[in-house]
Amino acid sequence: MQDAPHPHQLLEAVVRYLRDDALPALTRHGEGALAYQARVAANMLDIARRELLAAPVDEPAERARLQALVGTADDPPGGADLAALNRRLAEAIAAGRVGTDTPGLAEHLWATTLAKLAVDQPGYETYRRLTGA
Amino acid sequence: MNDTLAAGLAAVLSGDGPAVQVGAVKRLSGGASQETWAFEARAADGAARPLILRRAPPGAEHRGSGNVGLDGEAAILRLAGAAGVPVPEVVAGLRPEHGLGQGFVMNRLAGETLGRRVAAAHRPQLAYQCGQALARIHALPLDRLPPLRRTQPRAEVEHLRAQHAGMGAARPVFQLALRWLADHAPADTAPALVHGDFRNGNLMCDLDAAGGALIGVLDWELAHVGDPMADLGWLCCNSWRFGQSQRPVGGFGFDTELFAGYRDAGGTPDPARVRWWQVLGTLRWGVICESMGHAWLSGAEPVMEKAAIGRRASENEIDLLDLLLPRAAAAQPAGGPR
Repeated sequence: MQDAPHPHQLLEAVVRYLRDDALPALTRHGEGALAYQARVAANMLDIARRELLAAPVDEPAERARLQALVGTADDPPGGADLAALNRRLAEAIAAGRVGTDTPGLAEHLWATTLAKLAVDQPGYETYRRLTGA
Repeated sequence: MNDTLAAGLAAVLSGDGPAVQVGAVKRLSGGASQETWAFEARAADGAARPLILRRAPPGAEHRGSGNVGLDGEAAILRLAGAAGVPVPEVVAGLRPEHGLGQGFVMNRLAGETLGRRVAAAHRPQLAYQCGQALARIHALPLDRLPPLRRTQPRAEVEHLRAQHAGMGAARPVFQLALRWLADHAPADTAPALVHGDFRNGNLMCDLDAAGGALIGVLDWELAHVGDPMADLGWLCCNSWRFGQSQRPVGGFGFDTELFAGYRDAGGTPDPARVRWWQVLGTLRWGVICESMGHAWLSGAEPVMEKAAIGRRASENEIDLLDLLLPRAAAAQPAGGPR
């Protein structure tokens, strides 16, 4: 096992450096375009940091919901892998085999999408409005 | 570079008349195939005029096929301006002998285009004037327009389906939207000129005017011929409300204001079609975000920000669910500590 600081903490440290040191310095030196890039870079590392923390909880939950929606008897005992299950659900929706009236679909899509936003774009207005975040 | 451009622009603007001086040349934006420059032209009488050059530099004239092209854009701007649509006035067209590539010079309007600022308040007059401008655009005679891509609702769904499939990522929410769009596609309609990117961010606005005012409709490169309601739906997409989702029209206005302006300028709004196009537009922006991420993943565009935008496709997934499977109160999301 590796020692602390752990990956999400290393990312947090770099995010702080970019936001608190690099960005203001670049702005002071009139490097507006580079300052903007530093902001984007910090946001990207923040996504990675949140994903590292959330994935161990989000992914098994998503997989269990998918298995219930589109799992088959041929799947291995622990269930099919997440990417394969998502492909299967996408194809089933496209073909009309699964739709808005399928029990569990709305709940699954909402839970999955909210979990995505919590990692990708927690500041997005629709997400904040719907979760009260 | 700027000196060559200034000399060329001076030749374009002087023509056979008295010499015009060109200065303050500054690149505003653009990729490899299309550039936008700001500059000032000083006539013999000393009056300075702020102008914009839109051009494809020599050698890049025919890239970006499928879009209108700069000559087409200039022709549409002239027609739209003559029909009472607020647009920058086209001052001169580039010709091969100028050696500046393809493009045109237009008036530089003064106002606000930043979406967040435009959406910062309720601007009923701006929404009304957007309706008026759209009705006038949609009434332009098609036989006078340059050659344009033609499309209809169902064809746009299939176009998006293919574009999304080409990226190879499975997105159940996008498939749900594609299914809904196909199941609810309106019938083909009498074709009209569609601006194609009429949204907050492409509108030059006067925010000091009471209720806001529309000064210029910009960015015509996605103009095409199709269902005019596409423009109204795109303007209402949540992506262009800049956090002000309570005001559906670009974050600054309401449907009633937009539709009133549209009606008063001779148009007939069709709210059901507008809503359908709003769903399509939300999916469209999602597929565009996804394609930018894909451009990074494939190595085609190794630009950091493209990778970041790829992770914004989920914003459109939540907006699509909000449109198609709305839920009043959502539970806290699954997941661990943030």
